[in-house]
Formats: sequence, structure tokens, C-alpha cells
Amino acid sequence: MPYTYLEEIAIADVAFEARADTREALFVEAGDALMNVMVEDLKSVRPLVRRSFHAQAEDLERLLFEYLQQFIFFKDAEQLLLRVSKVAITQETGVLGLTAEAAGEKIDPSRHDLNADVKAVTLHRFRVRNEPAGLIATVVLDI
Amino acid sequence: MAVPRELRQISDAVWELPVSWKPGMRVPARLYGTRDLVEHFDDGVFEQAANVATLPGIQKYSFCMPDGHWGYGFPIGGVAAFDPDEGVISPGGIGFDINCGMRLVATNLTCGEVEPHLHRLVDRLFERIPSGVGSTGFVKLDEDEFLDVVEQGSRWCLRNGYALPEDLELTEEQGCMEGADAAKVSHKAVQRGHNQIGTLGSGNHYLEVQVARKENIFNPGLARAFGITMPDQVVVMYHCGSRGFGHQVATDYLHVLLDVMERVYGIRIIDKELACAPFRSPQGQDYFSAMKCAVNMSFANRQVILHRVREVFSDVFGKSPDDLGIRQVYDVTHNTAKLEEHVIDGRRRRVLIHRKGSTRAFGPGMEGIPERYKPFGQPVIIGGSMETGSYLLAGVESGDQTFYSTAHGSGRVMSRHSARKKYQGKKLVREMQFRGIYVRTASLRGLAEEAGGAYKDIDAVARASELAGISTPVAKLTPIGNIKG
Repeated sequence: MPYTYLEEIAIADVAFEARADTREALFVEAGDALMNVMVEDLKSVRPLVRRSFHAQAEDLERLLFEYLQQFIFFKDAEQLLLRVSKVAITQETGVLGLTAEAAGEKIDPSRHDLNADVKAVTLHRFRVRNEPAGLIATVVLDI
Repeated sequence: MAVPRELRQISDAVWELPVSWKPGMRVPARLYGTRDLVEHFDDGVFEQAANVATLPGIQKYSFCMPDGHWGYGFPIGGVAAFDPDEGVISPGGIGFDINCGMRLVATNLTCGEVEPHLHRLVDRLFERIPSGVGSTGFVKLDEDEFLDVVEQGSRWCLRNGYALPEDLELTEEQGCMEGADAAKVSHKAVQRGHNQIGTLGSGNHYLEVQVARKENIFNPGLARAFGITMPDQVVVMYHCGSRGFGHQVATDYLHVLLDVMERVYGIRIIDKELACAPFRSPQGQDYFSAMKCAVNMSFANRQVILHRVREVFSDVFGKSPDDLGIRQVYDVTHNTAKLEEHVIDGRRRRVLIHRKGSTRAFGPGMEGIPERYKPFGQPVIIGGSMETGSYLLAGVESGDQTFYSTAHGSGRVMSRHSARKKYQGKKLVREMQFRGIYVRTASLRGLAEEAGGAYKDIDAVARASELAGISTPVAKLTPIGNIKG
């Protein structure tokens, strides 16, 4: 699996590591890792409604942070479970820009096997590192 | 990690890490707990209590309560007082779930009277008090109305028929922190929170129907004063907070403060999650106002849930809430920063107290607790795991040693992941039912994460707080029904 949950980083919370070859693929995996904390079977989320995410940041870590926040935002503000299929990252005058196309549906406890609610993305050990094997993001979520 | 060698025992349940333990510590760290509890603190507790001790303007000690464990920035159970003129305010000292808190409600029903109706009662509570991922409440508010709620807290509930005047009197801060300014919160926070009034949330948030068994009343006088007056009396206890609204306020300001902390104010910190700003700075004051909005949202959330509890009991037992003796005992907050007056080195001073996973525990006679409780001290409600029970305690005079702060719960000892491997939700439901606890949950896996074995021994936490002289046990309350997000 391109993302794995880390055992003992945050005792009351959930941590994950996502891996991919490109920044865009890393963001897709990290989004799924966050969503999978809240819903057990990602395949149960049907692509019935679409939302676009937009974010800007000075570095890739902050961009990932802003991007992940959007899943939490739409879950609370519109009760949507979303998955991202396509991410585009641009760079202009030192600022990174992100556009992501997300699709999903309203939370339905009768159809979605729900787990714990994610309250926030934290900065604890938040990191994106470039290794020979690819890009690796470490993220700790407050539950 | 082993307990640091430099840790010195001050008394039976008080331990100290000297300023020499970590570079930059301005004051020693004091950790509360019996030897057994302290030896089982995770690594983070010592490190983080020491990190907090490096923050500008900290007074006396950086504290950690007996239920302490690793948190973001401050440990959970962390308490620190700052000089308002020279010190800082830090979202990491308050937590993401601002004013996560506990409310205890008494009834005049006994366990024997409730048991025949228990399943219907718990089922109805589960239906009427939404919980779990993305749940929305029954109070439908547009964004403008929600801004009134966050500025007015439980007062808004009183005006709109969701509260009795007595409920407000029996809530910390009377259910509204003065100075909340909705202009200081982001639109995103409002969008996340405006439909969540009256919801429990998930994680460790729950509502329980509990019993005060005769053998679990440790101080009958105080129990009576707080409304626990008969054997096997049924009470309702719940734990929830400011939901997505508070989480967004915390996230927003973590970044605001990170941006200015070093660049503008020259403050260097050990851990990003300790982001802070001088309390008197514009950013510090903005966060304080926004935090108060989240505090008030949470008071309103617990108040609306009390309204639902009254409706459900009335419905199930066919009597009015008044005839059922449904009366709030008290409501306490866990995650806040507040300006309070305390005596420091013989001088009465105003300080900004951060309590994160810690309960205020004012002693007898102190200002700020309801008149009817003044002779007895403030009720303190600490939630245990869903299997083991919870405690009602009272503040004591000797609580001045921690700026009148005590534990807030039992504290996790096992990660969520490990708990899910060790326990199975369905099996847990059956086992709990066998032991007389009827559970309804929005998530069986979420339930497994909250198994009793994932938490510290609540009895040990209560005992340590008594031994240290920061609060005194009044009664242990054991569950017969539980709803979980």
C-alpha cells in the first residue's frame, strides 16, 4: 500500500506515512490516507459530487498541510467524504500553487463504515522528504 | 523511556525536574502522580513539561497532572501560568479541541427504576444526540446566528429555550467567557461549526448513563451538597467540545503565531506546536478572543445536549424533567487559557493560566464558583474509560500549589492502532453488555479504540490527585449505558 499507518508516534491520535514518485501522486496518496482514517472502505465513497481544492504556499510541506486541511473542511462544512483523482502543482515566483479535483458523496452511516473523526492536521513531525526511493510524507492527525 | 535520573521526589505524589535538566528551562517542571503513575509516563511527558518551562513569562513551575501523556506542544495534563505582561499565549497549551469539557447531570431516579427502560433510553439518546464523523445537530443556524452563539455561549441557549437559568449558574464561567469577538474567527471556522451545535463528535467523546452506588460514595457530605443524595442514584455524564469550529480556530492561530513569533517578537521555541505570541501583542489578543468564541461554542454545545437529555428522559419515563429531578451538577472545561488571580510568592497577581487536559479545581470559598457550592469547593468531573467509571471530586484549599488545577480524565496508555488490534468492537459490546453496560456506537472500530485497557487506571489518577492535595474524591460513578461517536 502506498501509505501506512505508524504505530506509536502519537498515542491518542493517528500518524501515517505516504510514499510516491511524484509530488502529485504523493498528494493523492496522503489524501486517501487521511480519508481512510474516517471511513474504512474508500471504495464505498462514490464520486457523486465534485469539488475543487485550491491552495498556495511557499514550500511543499505547507502546501500539503493546506491541501489535507481541505478534506477536513469539506467533511465538517458539507458532510462530504472526498477522494482526489488529479492534482496539479505549479510554481510561480517562488510560490507553489495547487489545484486538485476531488469527488465523493455525503456521509451516509448506512453505507459508509465510519471510524474516527479527524479534528486537525498537526505540525508534529510533519515532513516531506525526498529519498532515493521517492517522496515520503509523514503526517500526524489529531483525533 | 526510563524516568529521568534528575527527577526528584518532593512528596508522595509530586515530582520535580530541575531547570538544569534541559537548556532554556526558566522554571522547574512539576509532575503529579504516584511512583507507579510517574514511572509509566510516556517519554513525551518529561520532554514536553520541560519544553513548556522554556516559554517566556512562565511562573513557578510547568505542571503535568497525574493523567498526563504526550500531546501537541504541551503534554495532555499540562498546566502553566504566565505573566500577562511578559508572558505568552500558546494554542499548543490549550489544545485543538478548545473547551473540550465534562457535564454532570443528576436525576432522582435509581438504577432499579432505570434498568427496565435502559435500552430504550440509550437508544433514544443515541438517536437524538448525533455523534460520529461529520454529524450535524438539530439546532439549525445560519452563519449569522452562529456568530451570536459563539459570542454568547449558554446565554444564547437560555434566550432560545434550550437552558434553565440554573444551568448557567452551574457552568464554569456561567457558560460564557466575556470578550469573545466573532470578528476574530475565520469564515472557514464558522462554516465548519455552524451546523454542529448539539453533537457529541467522536474519538474519546461520549455520553453515559451512570450510577452512584452506595459503596462508591467517598464523601457523603460533599456528595449531598453536589446533588448525589440517594443510593444507586442515576446520573448522566458527557464529554464533548467545540467540534470543527474550535479545531479550525486552533489551526488558524497556530499558523498566525508561527508566522510572527520569531520574526516579529524574537521568540524561539523548541517545538513548532509550542507556537506562541506575547499575550499583549495584537496576535495574542486576537487568539484570546477567538479562543473565547470556541469556549462559548462548546458551552452552548453541551447546553443544547442537556436540553436533548431532558427531552429524552421525559419521553421515556413519561414525566416532566422537573419531576425526574434532572438537574445539572456542574460543567467543567478542560482546554482553556484564562486570566485568574492567584497568590504567587505572597503576592496576589493576575496570571494567564493555560490548562490543557486539566480541570480547574477551585477550593472552598473562592470567587468564580457557584454560591451554593462555595462552602464545599468546586465540583470537578473527571471522565474515566467507558468500562471503568468516572469520578466526581472537589477542589481543596491546598490546590493553590497547581494554581487550583487537577486531572481531567484517565489518560491513554495504548495507541489507537494497538487498541484496534487488541480489542474488537463487536466483542467489546457483548462483554460490556454482560457486565451490565449497554452501548450504542457510531463506529465499532472507534469503540475498540476506546476500550478500558487503552487507558490508565482512573482510581489511581483520583488517588494521586488526593494524595498530592489538588482535589478530593467525592464519588465514583459507574456506567450502565454509553453512547459513543
